[in-house]
Amino acid sequence: MVALSGQLILGLINGSFYALLSLGLAIIFGLLRVANFAHGAQFMLGAFTALLLLRYLNLGYWPSLVLSPLIVAGIAIVFERLMLSRLYHLHHLYGMLLTFGFALLAQGLLLDRYGSSGAPYPPPELLSGGIDVGFMYIPIYRLWVIVAAIVACAATWLVIEKTKLGSYLRAATENPDLLKTFGVRVPLLLTATYGAGAGLAAFAGVMAAPIYQVSPMMGADIIIVVFAVIVVGGMGSLSGAIFTGFGLGVLEGLTKVFYPQGANSVIFAVMALVLLFRPAGLFGKDA
Amino acid sequence: MNKQAETMQTAATMPRRLNLEIVGIVLVAVFFLLTPIYVYPVFLMKAMCYAILGMSVNLLLGYAGMLSFGHAAFFAISAYIFGYVAKEFHFGVLPSLFIGVAAGTTLGVVFAAIAVRRIEFYFAMTTLALAQLVYFFCVQAPFTGGDDGLQGIPRGEIFGFSLRDNTNLYVFVLAIFMLCLLFTYRVVNSPFGEILMAIRENSDRVRSLGENPMSYKFIAFVLSAFLASIGGALKALVFQIAALPDAHWLMSGDGVLMALVGGIGTLIGPIVGALFIVAAQDGLAQIGISVVVLQGVLFIATVLMFRKGIIGELARFKKWFE
Repeated sequence: MVALSGQLILGLINGSFYALLSLGLAIIFGLLRVANFAHGAQFMLGAFTALLLLRYLNLGYWPSLVLSPLIVAGIAIVFERLMLSRLYHLHHLYGMLLTFGFALLAQGLLLDRYGSSGAPYPPPELLSGGIDVGFMYIPIYRLWVIVAAIVACAATWLVIEKTKLGSYLRAATENPDLLKTFGVRVPLLLTATYGAGAGLAAFAGVMAAPIYQVSPMMGADIIIVVFAVIVVGGMGSLSGAIFTGFGLGVLEGLTKVFYPQGANSVIFAVMALVLLFRPAGLFGKDA
Repeated sequence: MNKQAETMQTAATMPRRLNLEIVGIVLVAVFFLLTPIYVYPVFLMKAMCYAILGMSVNLLLGYAGMLSFGHAAFFAISAYIFGYVAKEFHFGVLPSLFIGVAAGTTLGVVFAAIAVRRIEFYFAMTTLALAQLVYFFCVQAPFTGGDDGLQGIPRGEIFGFSLRDNTNLYVFVLAIFMLCLLFTYRVVNSPFGEILMAIRENSDRVRSLGENPMSYKFIAFVLSAFLASIGGALKALVFQIAALPDAHWLMSGDGVLMALVGGIGTLIGPIVGALFIVAAQDGLAQIGISVVVLQGVLFIATVLMFRKGIIGELARFKKWFE
């Protein structure tokens, strides 16, 4: 029972990160048609920036939660303006290869400078400690992560589905040329979207910092899982990305209880099955 | 940007008059026959094994327009199975190679069955995720030796020549490498290869002409997995070890990078790319810059500045020969 609920919480935590990251990926892919391989690196950069802000400027968790996504979004915007935007008129695969190169470069540079061992990041004092719910002890920070992730996902979804900016984004996904004729600056929209997606990844990274070791490779493995989450959820659907993220996180946690050897691979196995029987993904319309 | 995406810029789209590909094959053969006098043969053998992986990725990406991020799976499974039967069952080199490559190719059939219907992003992600499944299998399966890998794979002998001798081994590896190159040449310069290129340019039109693109893609994928398997088994033979890095997705990335740097859609591009990258890896290891940084820079520079790769850019001067 304790093991089960413990893994459930852990699964929800992992699911929070899967959901945040796959949501960002889905937004970027929807508008820019770029499979952002750098998303894991941007997640890692978020956590790393928080660590460096603490180390060199003595800025704690809460300022980092705001600053770090802004910094990473800034880097992403420069990257998009200088490099990625030159590839939009080419085959989609080039954008993917470019972001793959960016990920390798970011990870490699930090590996050279800080090594692979990773460093711990203290949780904020406000959220330290835990609550005893009778059958188990839950660290408050973990509850915060789950709630914050749900709120962030819901907020992003609302912005895209219910606001005017969101309607521009959706229109640009459908027909960018038509939107241009209405006087909307589509290239600016693309840049902003890429920056926002990267910022969302960095936000997830800061939230992950107190839970995992902050290391240059922390995004490398999670990004592969997130790509699988997206294939399962179906690329076209934002709510699909959110639900599948949480769902697969929980499934992974449950697998750890009942069949520990399979925990690493259960998401990929689900992906293979979904591809066989529902190629467009669980929430996808048509791929 | 949502307009019809431009087709992949590959040199294979150019018309051929003088058959530079044949010239290229001869140059490659001469190069690998002469350089062992000056260069450490194991380095060249490493480059050849990687080049075969690069060729296999290029066969799919350059000619059929399919980007696989999962070729490490075939590379590694073939290496492991080859090593296992050679070490535990004491099979000879050729039977072991045959079994290893058969295993890798069979895995290719499974991957193809699941992935080949997906396009572009989905295809790349599907191959990546399937390969990740294979990676975790390799981590846990009893016969792979886990983190230690499968060590001490015997080299054995072939037709009475001991492969423990580096010269004999070199000749053997070179022979298989050249066979792989000729095989790729044969495939891409066949009616089958023409249809693959047509699928890359316009899949719908191929269908309207009464051909089923899926079956061609399927066969291309299996042929590609077959090549990657040869590369993996050969690498296990040369280094006498099969280990987890062979199965890691970074290995798939290496294969893509070699094809990209050398020239997507050119016959000898992956070979030049492999030589370039293996040389750069060795050179950088000595001055202490990480390989990953170099690979990142190479990816970015190639994609932004010379998308056709080394051979593709050189092909601009082709008219001078005509």
